[in-house]
Amino acid sequence: MSELGDLYQELILDHNRSPRNRGKVEDPDGCAQGYNPLCGDQISVSLKMDGDRIESVKFEGSGCAISTASASLMTEALKGKTREEAAVLFEKFHKLLTEVGDPDELGPGMGKLKVFSGVCQYPARVKCATLAWHTVKAAIEDKDEPVSTE
Amino acid sequence: MTVNPSQTVNQSEAIPLDVNRIRADFPILSRTVNGKPLVYLDNAATTQKPTKVIDAVKNVYESMNANIHRGVHRLSVETTKAYENARLQAARLINAEKHTEIIFVRGATEGINLVAQTFGRKQVGEGDEIIVSNLEHHANIVPWQILCEQTGAQLKVVPVDDDGNVLVDEYRKLLSDKTRIVAMLQSSNALGTVVPVEEITRLAHEYGAKVLIDGSQSVQHNAVDVRAIDCDFFVFSGHKMYAPSGIGVLYGKESLLLDMPPYQGGGEMIKSVTFEQTIYNDLPHKFEAGTPNIEGAIGLGAAIEYLQGIGLSRIAAYEKELLEYATAQLSKIPEVRLIGTAREKVSVLSFVVEGIHPHDIGTILDQEGVAIRTGHHCAQPTMQRFGVPATARASMCFYNTKEEIDRLVEAVQTVIKVFA
Repeated sequence: MSELGDLYQELILDHNRSPRNRGKVEDPDGCAQGYNPLCGDQISVSLKMDGDRIESVKFEGSGCAISTASASLMTEALKGKTREEAAVLFEKFHKLLTEVGDPDELGPGMGKLKVFSGVCQYPARVKCATLAWHTVKAAIEDKDEPVSTE
Repeated sequence: MTVNPSQTVNQSEAIPLDVNRIRADFPILSRTVNGKPLVYLDNAATTQKPTKVIDAVKNVYESMNANIHRGVHRLSVETTKAYENARLQAARLINAEKHTEIIFVRGATEGINLVAQTFGRKQVGEGDEIIVSNLEHHANIVPWQILCEQTGAQLKVVPVDDDGNVLVDEYRKLLSDKTRIVAMLQSSNALGTVVPVEEITRLAHEYGAKVLIDGSQSVQHNAVDVRAIDCDFFVFSGHKMYAPSGIGVLYGKESLLLDMPPYQGGGEMIKSVTFEQTIYNDLPHKFEAGTPNIEGAIGLGAAIEYLQGIGLSRIAAYEKELLEYATAQLSKIPEVRLIGTAREKVSVLSFVVEGIHPHDIGTILDQEGVAIRTGHHCAQPTMQRFGVPATARASMCFYNTKEEIDRLVEAVQTVIKVFA
């Protein structure tokens, strides 16, 4: 089971069991819906801005352990980030999931997100891990169109 | 030419099939996944191919490959004969009256689209109604929705009960003089439900409606007789019945096919072409524009021969036993909830595990070498009916064993442990 442990790490299982920042922020500055047609996962993200900085992000929806934990950890990671910093972090996160390698090579700032490095061994699951991120990107831009991973 | 109505009957139908001998016919079954012997339980998505089919396709390329129906040279004559022989075999498989009622298409999806856009466009008008069931695959929903948009017709849906049985009484209430087409699957890919298609067809005919039966999940499990069903159209895909992908069959009653406009224009489907007028070819070529999937059709013929060699009643008996065993074993796990417990089923087992998303189940099972399908199975309305976004689905066939079911059950228990 050692390989499986690489994917379903304790931190992921923990955030799946008790997701942080679940719900909707009051009086949001941006909202977006995300949808993964492959597995039927749905997520909605709402956020509150403080100038250029993300004050708080919350999410609602149902999905697999990877997508739920990813959404939960994302809400923690984005708190206090500027739009630009959020975009850079998403880029690094995407690299972590799609390019096999040492997460430390991606530079500082990955923090707990490194726990998703095992996903790159499971290409079929990359979309699960990125759904929340695609959705928050749309929420920052406050897009009305639902985001789809397909 | 009339096809012999008596289907090939295997002399030894009474003898149970020898699964170990059968497994030796499928080279892929001996491979490993993640260091463990492959347990392939995704047969409703696509089936593996026996050596007989692989060799038939290889043989086309190695010894006879040519375009069909026009060459005078030897290779073309041989390939044409093999292609047309596959049509005869397909006709016999479903007991069509004539081989000219068999149209080769890319798969069931293309067959349904063909009927919608030719028969449908001609016969369906504003205010007319088309009936489908709540269990349909998207392939038997979307082509009719497109037709409704084009014609102003309405789509009506027959509900199912909590076990996944199609409610025939509700179906009766939907039927009316407005009903033009009833399109229904014979067995559900998502739940396994077997639909009483003979009764469905008889009732539709009382109102003068035509019936299309989607046999994508039935021809590989049971002997099918389109004349006994009396359906007007019947479709199935090769790749779900041990043949190559990209080949399938549309059966239509001759009188209907003759009256239908062509689907696509091109070579092969014409008798003569001038810039002033084109005369269409006879059945079945009228509906087979362009060079078809020749090797696919020949592979399909080989698959049919293979299935009939084993005997579909033996296959049905073995798969029933497998389904009963798998249902009993999975039901012993308290966290597992089966979705689809219809009275009569083919060997498809959809389930959910309390609190665990099917995708996580699928990934952990894959780690254990067990291949199942997780998701909505191209039947989102069925998922909505049962209030789940997705299910895990183990779909079995005659090369699967009880030992493999035990591996499935063990792997599901591992899933529960990981998420405990």
